[in-house]
Amino acid sequence: MTFNLTVSPDFAPDHISGWYFFNTWLQRKLGVGIHLELYDSFDAQREDIRAEKFDLIYANPYDASMLVREMGFQAVVKPASKSDETIIAVNAESPFHTVEDLISGCRVATTDDPDVHTMGMIMLESADLDKNNTEIKQHSSYVVVAKNLLNGDADAGFFLKDAYDELSELIRSKMRVLVSSQISVVHHSLLVGPRMAEHIPAIQTALLTMHDDEKGKGVLESMDIETWEPMDSEQTEFMIDLIDTLID
Amino acid sequence: MSEQDTGEVRTVEIAYFDGTKRTADIVDREVPYPDGKLIVSRTDPQGIITHANQAFIDMSGYSEDELIGTNHYILRHPDMPAIAFKGLWDTIEQGTKWHGYVKNLRKDGAYYWVKATVIPNIRNGQLVGYTSVRRKPSRSKIVESEALYKTLLAEE
Ligand SMILES: Cc1cc2nc3c(=O)[nH]c(=O)nc-3n(C[C@H](O)[C@H](O)[C@H](O)COP(=O)(O)O)c2cc1C
Repeated sequence: MTFNLTVSPDFAPDHISGWYFFNTWLQRKLGVGIHLELYDSFDAQREDIRAEKFDLIYANPYDASMLVREMGFQAVVKPASKSDETIIAVNAESPFHTVEDLISGCRVATTDDPDVHTMGMIMLESADLDKNNTEIKQHSSYVVVAKNLLNGDADAGFFLKDAYDELSELIRSKMRVLVSSQISVVHHSLLVGPRMAEHIPAIQTALLTMHDDEKGKGVLESMDIETWEPMDSEQTEFMIDLIDTLID
Repeated sequence: MSEQDTGEVRTVEIAYFDGTKRTADIVDREVPYPDGKLIVSRTDPQGIITHANQAFIDMSGYSEDELIGTNHYILRHPDMPAIAFKGLWDTIEQGTKWHGYVKNLRKDGAYYWVKATVIPNIRNGQLVGYTSVRRKPSRSKIVESEALYKTLLAEE
């Protein structure tokens, strides 16, 4: 039986090859066949996840909630010291200097990344802004969000902090951060589905010692992950409860 | 900082739902909610604190040791009407999510406003506790809540 792996589309394009190396490495370790499928769009990926196409998913926290509570997945590891934080940025020349300066009718550039969009909207609440009094436009990537700010086609943009930090120096120099979230307990995780459940102990052992092996270390570097840390079910449930409080 | 803040100090006796009381010095000074942070705590089913994140420790002014094992009412501000918390408990005990604006009392007597959400934590069908996550409220909601709670308090 060949299993199927997919990765939340919010990683930087430079790390795509890293996920292919990871898949090769993991197949050798486990002695099973795994097919990797990548997506550009969160929505298209979520549709296939719901159709039970996948057994192994490196998921954003929002999808982790659906995977655990509705589809019987189990989180096994998370990347060490990597939390998902959201930035609201403006054009460097913008008259807005705090979130509270943003006004009704303002144009917001976002992506279909569910965590970042949710957190971005929460950070707008303190300015009395919501989906009813803002013009929200969804774009295909954070680079396009940045372009909209630079062109003056948007007043504020939502970014995954990691993605913002990986934009070019030149682009970043033309933007200004209004607010950056500091939540620290919301992060991506690798989840295993019911069909692959018998492999969980082997997967966890392999991944938790991945940085000790020469090949494994190189693969981690190419994915921009230092090491994996274990995740138990209570940690997962805690994160999901927290996300639940953020969704209406 | 609220426009009406006077910095005035008053000594108030706070009586809790469970019959216990304490005397607290209340300072009319708002501590602004930190941008981008979420204040997170968890309690057992009775409302005893079992977890507090760093933002909670920083904003409440208590140490982690002082918070864990303490009833969540330690943050109750005398300007909050009892009926607001009755609404909270009635909602979460039914297993549903509660949202509301809360004025909290810090250890130093000053206050901070939050937009709070509380949800029940269900594990294998059993209630094991509650999680509360607070975010920054807008100034207009604070002004609205101040007026509402004043009216409700006057009726108690
Ligand atoms: C998870 C959770 C978080 C709570 N957070 C607060 C809080 O931040 N401030 C507060 O005054 N009460 C909070 N409460 C409500 C208190 O338990 C209590 O009902 C309230 O302080 C009023 O006290 P009293 O009912 O003893 O009069 C929380 C309750 C729960 C279950």
